Amino acid sequence: MKFKAIVIGVSSGGITALKTLLPALPATFGIPVIIVQHLAFNSGDYWIEHLNEACEINIKEADEKEKIEKGMVYIAPPNYHLLIETDQTFSLSIDEKVNHARPSIDVLFESAAETFNQHLIGIVLTGLNNDGALGLKKIKEYGGTTIVQDPSTAESDIMPLSAIALSPVDYILPLNKISDLLIQLEHQL
Amino acid sequence: MNKITTIKTEEREIRSLLDALYQNYGYDFRQYSEAHIKRRIRNRMTLSGLESISAVQQKAEQDKTFTSLLLQDLSITVTEMFRDSNFFKALREKVIPILKTYSFIKIWHAGCSTGEEAYSMAILLKEEGLFDRTTIYATDFNQHALDRAKEGFFSNSLIKDYTRNYQSAAGKESFSNYYTADHKMAIMNQALRDKIVWANHNLVTDSVFAEVNLILCRNVLIYFNKELQNKVHRLFFDSLGNGGILCLGAKESLRFCDVSGEYTEFEKKQKIYKKKY
Ligand SMILES: C[S@@+](CC[C@H](N)C(=O)[O-])C[C@H]1O[C@@H](n2cnc3c(N)ncnc32)[C@H](O)[C@@H]1O
Repeated sequence: MKFKAIVIGVSSGGITALKTLLPALPATFGIPVIIVQHLAFNSGDYWIEHLNEACEINIKEADEKEKIEKGMVYIAPPNYHLLIETDQTFSLSIDEKVNHARPSIDVLFESAAETFNQHLIGIVLTGLNNDGALGLKKIKEYGGTTIVQDPSTAESDIMPLSAIALSPVDYILPLNKISDLLIQLEHQL
Repeated sequence: MNKITTIKTEEREIRSLLDALYQNYGYDFRQYSEAHIKRRIRNRMTLSGLESISAVQQKAEQDKTFTSLLLQDLSITVTEMFRDSNFFKALREKVIPILKTYSFIKIWHAGCSTGEEAYSMAILLKEEGLFDRTTIYATDFNQHALDRAKEGFFSNSLIKDYTRNYQSAAGKESFSNYYTADHKMAIMNQALRDKIVWANHNLVTDSVFAEVNLILCRNVLIYFNKELQNKVHRLFFDSLGNGGILCLGAKESLRFCDVSGEYTEFEKKQKIYKKKY
């Protein structure tokens, strides 16, 4: 299979967006999904529990040094940057915010691009800032596939618009079409 | 695919830079988390207007001021008073009662940064009546951070956050009893400043320096790779007496280390472990 990981960045409007996107993925979905979501609250436990109830696929907070596995969705812990190591494990860091955010989408995307190269899918969804735009550009430069939520369908269109403005993206789609596409891409060789 | 060759070259250059830092200055970052190190070095490269990692290395070999900048970049000093207030609450409610049974107590803050965690501990001990029979060692390999810790200053703008943390950590007094503030800065009380023994200690290259009852090493080990975590956990194990307590950061655990079976999970959620007898 071509793709080894999917990274998703989402900010304001993310609760609704993820509750639309993730339940569409089957329990056996063959590509690990890694998400940075900017959250206004400080503990993600309740949110992850809630998502798990709504989804077939398994969702958990990313642990440091944890090995990335398929059939899993990982969410960055609030207040930590999430990075991916070349041995496909996670690292956490609490250094300065990037784009006023911690976790920052750019930080995840950058390290994912360098680890997975053309085997990576990067997705930018709804949000009110421009985090993720640089990271998505980098994913493209490393040969990955990029997707942005159609700004006209996003709760907040600034993040999708910034991503589209910074680099050419492969797909611009509404949420339900994004999940269809991911299921199609799962078996691409 | 050009990009991928560049990244391989860069990884090689980073290894060479880390070797040089170790050979020339004795600082060993070779087993730190690679993604983290790469990001920090690149930040420095951009900030200092350098073209490549090898240019960073060249400058580091010639220019001492630049090297100390680089060392600051590689040491993440972000900290606060009563950070993770629930942890301090658990410390007060669960660990202090154990310490109260000892006639003399030694505590080690490993990776204390600018001191906020050690000062929080000193306040806690004061309120629990253990101040006079406790020695607090606070160590870091970042001398700059230690110097600031010793001075005991913090910015006035943080008072609000720290007070809130103190209160949610079940503080018994008013946080303002512990510092004096002017319009810009606050300084910790002399008695608290005098209480703490600050020392330069590198967890990677230095060894055990005392037998202690309680170790706090929070938000330091996330920057180390598995092998290095394992090595440092051995050092902590050797420094703790039987029944000694080890406290890790909110996202850290003993999962991948050889000595994990030698501890019980004392307060699982707050990452507090107890060395078995
Ligand atoms: C994020 S701070 C943690 C401060 C405090 N423990 C807390 O949780 O708020 C991490 C500290 O670990 C220190 N550190 C990193 N590597 C170290 C080493 N090899 N030996 C000693 N200290 C180290 C850094 O200099 C930094 O001050």
